[in-house]
Amino acid sequence: MNYKLGTLAVAGLMAASPVMADLVFPSLSYRTGPYAAGGIPFADGYADYFTLLNERDGGIGGEPLQVPECETAYNTEKGVECYESLKGSGGLVYQPLSTGITYQLIPKVTVDNIPMLTSGLGRTSAKNGNVFSHIFNFPANYWDGASVAIKHILEEEGGDLSGKKVSLIYHNSAYGKEPIRTLQELSKKHGFELTEVPVDHPGQEQKSQWLQIRRDKPDYVIMYGWGVMNQVAVQEAVNIRFPMDKFIGIWWSGSENDVLSAGAGANGYKALTFHNVGSDYPLYDDLQQYVFDAGMAAGAGDQAGTVVYNRGLYAAMLVAEAAKTAQEIHGTAQITPAQMRDGMEALAITEEKMAALGLPGFGPEFAVSCENHGGNGFVAVTQWDASTKEWSLITDFMQSDQDVIQPLIDEDSNSYASENNIDPQCE
Amino acid sequence: MFYREAGDFNTTYAEDQQTFPIKFDRYRYYLVLFIAIVVVPFTVNDYWVNSIFMPFLIYAIAAIGLNILVGYCGQVSLGTGGFMAVGAYACYKLMTAFPEVSMFIHVLLAGGITAMVGVLFGLPSLRIKGFYLAVATLAAQFFLVWLFNRFPWFYNYSASGQISAPERDTFGITITGPNTEAWAAYAFCLVFTIFSAYVARNLTRGSVGRKWMAIRDMDIAAEIIGVNPLRAKLTAFAVSSFFIGISGALFFSIYLGAVEVGEAFGIQKSFLVLFMIIIGGLGSIFGSFAGAAFLVLLPVALKVVGVDILGWPTDIVAHLQLVIVGLLIIVFLIAEPHGIAQLWRVAKERLRLWPFPH
Repeated sequence: MNYKLGTLAVAGLMAASPVMADLVFPSLSYRTGPYAAGGIPFADGYADYFTLLNERDGGIGGEPLQVPECETAYNTEKGVECYESLKGSGGLVYQPLSTGITYQLIPKVTVDNIPMLTSGLGRTSAKNGNVFSHIFNFPANYWDGASVAIKHILEEEGGDLSGKKVSLIYHNSAYGKEPIRTLQELSKKHGFELTEVPVDHPGQEQKSQWLQIRRDKPDYVIMYGWGVMNQVAVQEAVNIRFPMDKFIGIWWSGSENDVLSAGAGANGYKALTFHNVGSDYPLYDDLQQYVFDAGMAAGAGDQAGTVVYNRGLYAAMLVAEAAKTAQEIHGTAQITPAQMRDGMEALAITEEKMAALGLPGFGPEFAVSCENHGGNGFVAVTQWDASTKEWSLITDFMQSDQDVIQPLIDEDSNSYASENNIDPQCE
Repeated sequence: MFYREAGDFNTTYAEDQQTFPIKFDRYRYYLVLFIAIVVVPFTVNDYWVNSIFMPFLIYAIAAIGLNILVGYCGQVSLGTGGFMAVGAYACYKLMTAFPEVSMFIHVLLAGGITAMVGVLFGLPSLRIKGFYLAVATLAAQFFLVWLFNRFPWFYNYSASGQISAPERDTFGITITGPNTEAWAAYAFCLVFTIFSAYVARNLTRGSVGRKWMAIRDMDIAAEIIGVNPLRAKLTAFAVSSFFIGISGALFFSIYLGAVEVGEAFGIQKSFLVLFMIIIGGLGSIFGSFAGAAFLVLLPVALKVVGVDILGWPTDIVAHLQLVIVGLLIIVFLIAEPHGIAQLWRVAKERLRLWPFPH
């Protein structure tokens, strides 16, 4: 029986292999499962940006673009299957949008010579390009997020955190555990007390965690959550009447989906972000004209303008710009994944570039180098207004505490390098 | 016409008692082995190994292990995911502590460690039965996942709490890590799968297996005729956990390369393996293979047909997949409670008489 299905799979693979002439940007999406609330808008934004480039500009450098999608359901086994099945299509860069899948793919893409971009997720120490030659995590990473959250709290408290209590409520996985080291260092530096409150996958039940928070009475709560966990946490915070403006989520815990269900109670909830919010950009006019009105929007087409949709646009914009850079460097429109990697390493995002793309002031300026694959760690804080149902930026993009983060990155990446016998790639 | 013993004369007891007494069946079995050992390693690529063969072989080992416990000894277990995690973490600790030792030994030792843990969690089975035992093993599942998440020693104090397999080899061939050749990973898993199936098959038709089945069919009667329930049940737990531990070790080190305990070895893994043996056939080694193949290949096949050929949206296909797998489980439970293995048996009977059924 398995042979029959096997033959079927072969036939399918042969029928499915796309034409190799296009530039392929595979999308490892998750439109199902407990994390779909975040996966859908991201995948839609990612696909819509490339559709726009195809329709408006005829692709990148005259080469049409393809965005084959593969459903991972945020599951690492399916992620591996997706990676292997899309590898044959000549994908230029992977963005798995899952820290678990990222960990899996880091050694694989390095051997296969394909770059991977994990904006604001994945392995933080991949910022050290000397060790992680094919992994990029610009413009900001988890530790930047933790640091800026504390920075924001410092501002709120007038610069002194001694004797304050901060709780971290986190998804009990590789993702949620990422900020713990940084927060521990920061708590030593600023003298606040840190308590860690893990929530197990998928996070639909958080009564005991919030009971603990109620008992501890922390001054601030920082959340590293994703998917259904966010909504539940915001609702629970409302239930115990925790002051929402002292509740700060990472960028994965700061979309409309996370706060809408809690209604008016969620007013004032804060979240970090590494790109701007809203749909008030010239790019949206083009999207309206070439994509939405043409009926080519990905998915149900109802996600435009949401926070995570914007993140999908931003992620697509970054790799599209990197592809342009790669085309310039290598003087060919038909770039390979290896050339794409060079393009990503030479990527520079400036205000002029973003304005020319129709996204003025959309994200921080940064330049990637061989040593620094992670940008400069500029992060802003957004706040939710429940009456207008809108997120808005309440601070400027501010830089994370590099004095604390850089040594941690060096330590972690160097231990990875010695474990895996990696020679530094930069001279 | 097929599967007939006509003209097939056995002259010794050994011949009479072999696993495949019918010549046609035996040659078919040799052919499958030949293809698996000689043909496949030279023709596979990364996609085939990582998406189809490796999960199939590894889940087959897990299914064989669980089948011994549930199908042969009648002790319902929902702790498979937890025991696989024990195998994976044992393998990880051994790999990182003794880098120069061959992976073969690490995987076998990981199985041994899991066997010990399995016996420990099998102890309650002497007192509690049926659903209550299922709940006790469920506790094992949650406890083990919690344990590996809670104590950083198990994941060598890595910042993310993940374990990732460093590059290791056996007989000079890289087996783990990103530089592994597809055929090497396949061959390594294949060796363990064949070994597990061979051992399990011969255990279950010997005196040990008969004791397990006696306990399964009626434990009081078994005790009266002289089967020691303590030994029978604990050996079932040990052997079952040994195989499940091997599969967990392979799952982590060869197949995924990096795992996170809650995600990779959660309760859904326990159910997946349980579904495999229910669909494949309880109390049948072939059933373990059939069930593993069914649940590994079906999602891939549905995806290929739905997304790649028909061009449907990925989320619709993913949802359809859940519906179809769920439906098939119900259909199997109603139409053929003994699983694919029983269908296979019936087909063989039919083929024997074909084309003259009367």
